[in-house]
Amino acid sequence: MMISGAEIVIRCLQEEKVDCVFGYPGGSVLHIYDALFKQDQVKHILVRHEQAAVHAADAFSRSSQKVGVALVTSGPGVTNTVTGIATAYMDSIPMVVLTGQVPSFYIGQDAFQECDTVGITRPCVKHNFLVKDVKDLALTIKKAFHIAATGRPGPVVVDIPKDITAQMCEFEYPKSIQMRSYNPVVKGHLGQIKKAVQILKEAKRPIIYTGGGVILSDAAQKLTELAHKLNFPVTNTLMGLGGYPATDRQFVGMLGMHGTFEANNAMHYSDVILAIGARFDDRVIGNPEHFGEEKRRVIHIDIDPSSISKRVKVDVPIVGNVNDVLDEILKLMDADFKTDPDVANWWKQIDEWRSRDSLRYTQSEHIMPQFVMEKLYEVTNGEAFVTSDVGQHQMFAAQYYKFDKPRRWINSGGLGTMGVGLPYGMGVLMAHPDAQVACVTGEGSIQMCIQELSTCKQYGFPIKIINLNNGMLGMVRQWQEMFYSKRYSQSYVTSLPDFVKLAEAYGHVGMKIEKPEDVEPALRKAFTEHKNDLVFMDFIIDPGANVFPMVAAGKGLTEMILAEDL
Amino acid sequence: MRHIISILIENESGALSRVAGLFSARGYNIESLTVAPTEDPSLSRMTILTSGSDEVLEQITKQLNKLIDVVKVVDLSEAAHVERELMLIKVRATGKDREEMKRMADIFRGRIIDVTEATYVIELTGAGAKLDSFIAGIDAGLILETVRTGVCGIGRGDRILKV
Repeated sequence: MMISGAEIVIRCLQEEKVDCVFGYPGGSVLHIYDALFKQDQVKHILVRHEQAAVHAADAFSRSSQKVGVALVTSGPGVTNTVTGIATAYMDSIPMVVLTGQVPSFYIGQDAFQECDTVGITRPCVKHNFLVKDVKDLALTIKKAFHIAATGRPGPVVVDIPKDITAQMCEFEYPKSIQMRSYNPVVKGHLGQIKKAVQILKEAKRPIIYTGGGVILSDAAQKLTELAHKLNFPVTNTLMGLGGYPATDRQFVGMLGMHGTFEANNAMHYSDVILAIGARFDDRVIGNPEHFGEEKRRVIHIDIDPSSISKRVKVDVPIVGNVNDVLDEILKLMDADFKTDPDVANWWKQIDEWRSRDSLRYTQSEHIMPQFVMEKLYEVTNGEAFVTSDVGQHQMFAAQYYKFDKPRRWINSGGLGTMGVGLPYGMGVLMAHPDAQVACVTGEGSIQMCIQELSTCKQYGFPIKIINLNNGMLGMVRQWQEMFYSKRYSQSYVTSLPDFVKLAEAYGHVGMKIEKPEDVEPALRKAFTEHKNDLVFMDFIIDPGANVFPMVAAGKGLTEMILAEDL
Repeated sequence: MRHIISILIENESGALSRVAGLFSARGYNIESLTVAPTEDPSLSRMTILTSGSDEVLEQITKQLNKLIDVVKVVDLSEAAHVERELMLIKVRATGKDREEMKRMADIFRGRIIDVTEATYVIELTGAGAKLDSFIAGIDAGLILETVRTGVCGIGRGDRILKV
């Protein structure tokens, strides 16, 4: 039977078991929206700005391992998605973005709402396609899902001209796909894995350093098993939080620019690093020359060969899917595998670093943001999905909310996109409708996608917005305070809206919390009495609170500034 | 270090811009780039002349391999290979220069492929250095126009780049 291109698009989504799409209609996708209207298998969430559609699809994927899908129109619809696509790309999130395009016979003529979608998105996608023939449509969408979800995942854009969606064609969805140019490695090289096991045996000052790759490949359980068997300390990157239980004794905290004293020291002074699904980026190792001063052996497991030996020279590269490689390592570690006895001394050293309690902070008459995070953790029993925006609040959430499970911490690590928190909450709730979702944000970030309060009303997303309001672009102000002699250039936000009234105007619940003793009751009220409401909690926090420890730009990992130094 | 990278890539629209975009986005050099379909019209072969340290070259090959359309990547200069470049050069050929140009073309085993009363077009192939020395060897004032293809190369003997 012949069906239209638009119907093919929807049928493909059904075949891929996509149950929700985040999008915004417009001229070029009218046929697709019409086909969407005629069925009820694929649900559509109408956002208020295309950027939010992509962020929500991204969070849907981050929280569930499924491929998120966004659907937008041509021209401005596409340009509005670019931030969202780049955000997903930097964090390797599998996503398919379907974009309308002007009819193929208008392409290149500067038609109304035309833009070069493939050209504009090319540097921030894993791959993109322009469909030129309706006969290729189903195969292209199949390829898009395949490419997005396999290997090192990433966003894929499929640009579909309007005339293609009107043309009729037989529909057949390919069962499987073979691409001669794309065959990602899954299994690690056995010889290399054996070498790695030998090095792990010899390690005296080891550390397991893991990133988003552990979460993307669903390897949290295997990682925990391996770490317990080895009795090695574990540190996570910002993207890796939840990949290892934060309440476990072997967890030394997040490392990097705002990592703990023990994590950064253990990383720096280690003799063996087992790096898993992490990429030694600039926020993690600080100055690479300083980092390179210590002699150590590095084992690096990553599915992307280009992440290996990119910033730090690696001794044992293992290209493969983290979960499969960890499985192999566990198999190779025979029953009598023994960790080197010197590791006990290493733990003594680590416990000494730990005793500095580098996340300690001083209470003040104002609400301290760290305190809000601690209370949020308590009130939600550490079980919430926490989405965050970007800035000081993001670091506070990462430091003080102890994630024991993967896919609970949803934030923009690589690109550092302000404004993601609220749409991320929407995406999480579509994947986990009954979950507790807290969006940790600040008065700067929240205003970058504030319009989504309207979407949340329409679909009843009961997100709990934790607005850490210091009237400042906090992280910018912190740098200006420390490195620009307190010249607070453009970091002070005046004319803030009354967030309580704003929330109410959108039909939500608003609360303003100004005293430390009101923090916990407000949170409890929000998560119980207002369980099913979106609650905007405007916490007026200490305007001087800074994030510590801190490794200044260009400094070495051990050259941390601690709160106690000030 | 100078390197010649050979790439087999799906002959799709936009493939060239993916490669060129990768080089500019990551700050790698392109000294020359040639591309054309192979005997299998679904594949194109691209030759890129680039330079960089070993670490940079390792990243270039890894990043190229990551492009979905790229089927194979080889650093030709890692082992025995031959390389050639084609140049067409239009020169003024009048009076005593006319005879001199003919002689120079012969010495460099070039061919004169277009002749007018006042000009020659000389076709020359060889390694880039040979073409450079031809240019250096004639009176610069007589050169009207040059066009070069950039390097293309192929492995010697059993070194074969094929799907």
